[in-house]
Amino acid sequence: MILYPANVSQINLETIKSYQIISLRLFHSKATKMSMEFGYIALLLGTLIVLAVPTGRYIAKVFNGEPTRVTPLFRPVEKAFYRMAGVDETREMSWKSYVAALLIFNALGLAAVFLLQELQGFLPFNPQNLGAVRWDTALNTAVSFTTNTNWQAYSGEQTMSYLTQMLGLTVQNFLSAAVGLSAAMAVIRGFTRKNAATLGNFWVDLTRSALYLLLPLALIWALLFASQGVIQTLGPYVIAHTLEGGEQVISLGPVASQEAIKFLGTNGGGFFNANSAHPFENPTPLTDFLQVLAMLLIAASLPFAFGAMVNNPRQGWAIFAAMFILYLMGLGFALWAEEQGSPLLERLGVAGGVNMEGKEVRFGIVPSVLFAQSTTVTSDGGVNSMHDSFMPLAGLVLLFNMCIGEVIFGGVGVGLIGIFFYAIMTMFLAGLMIGRTPELFGKKLEPFEMRMAVIGLLAPSIALLMLAGLAIVLPQGLLSLNNGGPHGLSEILYAFASACGNNGSAFAGLNANTTFYNLTLSLAMLVGRFATILPALAIAGSLAAKRIVPASTATFPVASPLFVIMLVGTVIIVGALTFFPVFVLGPILEHLLMQAGRTF
Amino acid sequence: MFEFAKEIRPAVTLFLAFTLLTGLAYPLFITGIVQTAMPAKAEGSLLVVDGRIVGSELIGQTFQSPGYFHGRPSYVNYSANGSGASNLGPTSARLMEEVSRRIDQVRRENGLSTDQSVPADLVLTSGSGLDPHISRQGAIEQVARVAEARGLTHSAVQALVDQNVEPAMLGILGQERVNVLRLNLALDEVTRES
Repeated sequence: MILYPANVSQINLETIKSYQIISLRLFHSKATKMSMEFGYIALLLGTLIVLAVPTGRYIAKVFNGEPTRVTPLFRPVEKAFYRMAGVDETREMSWKSYVAALLIFNALGLAAVFLLQELQGFLPFNPQNLGAVRWDTALNTAVSFTTNTNWQAYSGEQTMSYLTQMLGLTVQNFLSAAVGLSAAMAVIRGFTRKNAATLGNFWVDLTRSALYLLLPLALIWALLFASQGVIQTLGPYVIAHTLEGGEQVISLGPVASQEAIKFLGTNGGGFFNANSAHPFENPTPLTDFLQVLAMLLIAASLPFAFGAMVNNPRQGWAIFAAMFILYLMGLGFALWAEEQGSPLLERLGVAGGVNMEGKEVRFGIVPSVLFAQSTTVTSDGGVNSMHDSFMPLAGLVLLFNMCIGEVIFGGVGVGLIGIFFYAIMTMFLAGLMIGRTPELFGKKLEPFEMRMAVIGLLAPSIALLMLAGLAIVLPQGLLSLNNGGPHGLSEILYAFASACGNNGSAFAGLNANTTFYNLTLSLAMLVGRFATILPALAIAGSLAAKRIVPASTATFPVASPLFVIMLVGTVIIVGALTFFPVFVLGPILEHLLMQAGRTF
Repeated sequence: MFEFAKEIRPAVTLFLAFTLLTGLAYPLFITGIVQTAMPAKAEGSLLVVDGRIVGSELIGQTFQSPGYFHGRPSYVNYSANGSGASNLGPTSARLMEEVSRRIDQVRRENGLSTDQSVPADLVLTSGSGLDPHISRQGAIEQVARVAEARGLTHSAVQALVDQNVEPAMLGILGQERVNVLRLNLALDEVTRES
């Protein structure tokens, strides 16, 4: 038996006590931190639902032409626009006329943005005397902003004059979102109308989108941003004399106005190169909160608008629920992956291996992941942290969100269109199982609709994989890489997923400002935009002409949890089948190699 | 083709009208309101000392001397007209080399032992390259160095850090943080007085 001196056992006791206190504190602080993080996410998503439901109902009223409280305010302006443009608002368009109008309008936008960039050197609001933008960059930017992608091959503060930013880019931030919303409204009419040859009037839908929804919300958001320190000036860049005697040139610009519509319209194009990581675009945690809210708001309200327009709010909730479940699954997985931290950094001596590379201190890990998840599901593409530096499996979630075609909320309008494709696919599968002709929302789905839905689903995926494959085998593709190993593959894959999904965020290490990438990504963006909108309008045209089948006991209940589960399953299965092989070679392999301590 | 022709007038007119409305009227209207109601914020929250602009409260700047608190490493050297990030991935060998070098530097400058872990924000670059903040822990690690270089007491510098901690908004929005430029300005003021 060993007798310890009294003082030793006392020390031991004290040590044990202090360890207990420390571990209790650690536990306590960890629990507080977790409840803070949970509180943040709950506050955001709670606010989103509280706002999305009435916004959805409002949208339904506006596009049904019913009076709202603000109609007296906007109606005179709307009428003046129609008078000027010679628009007869009662004239109805067939789906083909609707497509024609939409394409002409986009072509005009594309030309205008391209020309503004080429001529900015001779135009006003250019205090930094920025010259013409290189042709391939300008083309890429024009395609990017008219397709609601806002992929940016350029650095804003070093390339674009204030006039180009406002008159070219801000305008397309509004109009590309308005075009997406109009298309969604036309598609909804395909379901609500019977024995009809038309889908509404594109000019009316476009005008109402901008006047009744985007512009008023943008005014509110811009002022909220400005009150937090987002800048809004037309003055030249200022020179600061730093405390250590250096000089710092500080870029300025009319940022708050662009920032508002950048999120409300799920555009995502930053005023500055660093996008919403830049303190002038996103100075405080509150602006960050408002940005995530804004990018989700309209997209999340569209299922409710749909529910109201088909006179079945439960239907809206069912689609929202499917999107929300997919959103939470991705968010949970990405948070788990990013909170793990990096074993490589931890081994070097970084406390906790916390992955702050590419992230801002005022946000930290959770708001960065929340932003990244929201910006990739909605096709916004603005970033408050650099996705290229995320943990491999968090990056995988972001890639997945874009590869499945931006249908978890998705872009303004086009997200709803995308989920309709999946809903058609779901009902087709359900129809096969029970041996009946599939129906969706009372409309029979026949070979024409199936063909168009398959085009809408697969054309962007095929373009994505083919073009990414091309980039991997050509030296022009590989020279732009910033990272080696499997992460290099992820960089290329991410670029084309972003372009085809009309997202616009990037694994930004890839130098995409080369002729090769500017042109291939332009093509990808055009396919991603028009190979979804056009087939959807074709489906709508065909459906509008059909009668509405009255619901019977044999009708598959589309406002039920069963439908929600099947829809979620279809999205995951189609996405997984198409992209799983390349996900394995990219982010999953990188995760395994990272665990094994490999670097490249 | 007939369909196309019919749509050209509305297309051109509405495009021009919306260009003027959303591309000129809207941003200029916002500029007008913001410049009137909160001109300092609209112009970038600039900080002026003795009539000279020393920087923006929102934009980080380079600090290297031992007597100032250092901000995060920046991939663009805090050039506020060329924001940007490393975009190095989680298995990048270059990233690991750079971080390793910075960890050595932080430990050396602040007299930390070679087995002590270092707050992530002090050795990993930010997303903008202009991050104005560091974590509270990131500031605390530097207190001893700054105090010694300035001939101030440890507790005086520590008190300044505490005064400059910005809490999370409503307790849940964002992280607790310290604005490096503001802290260093406060430090200069205290040094001038003493």
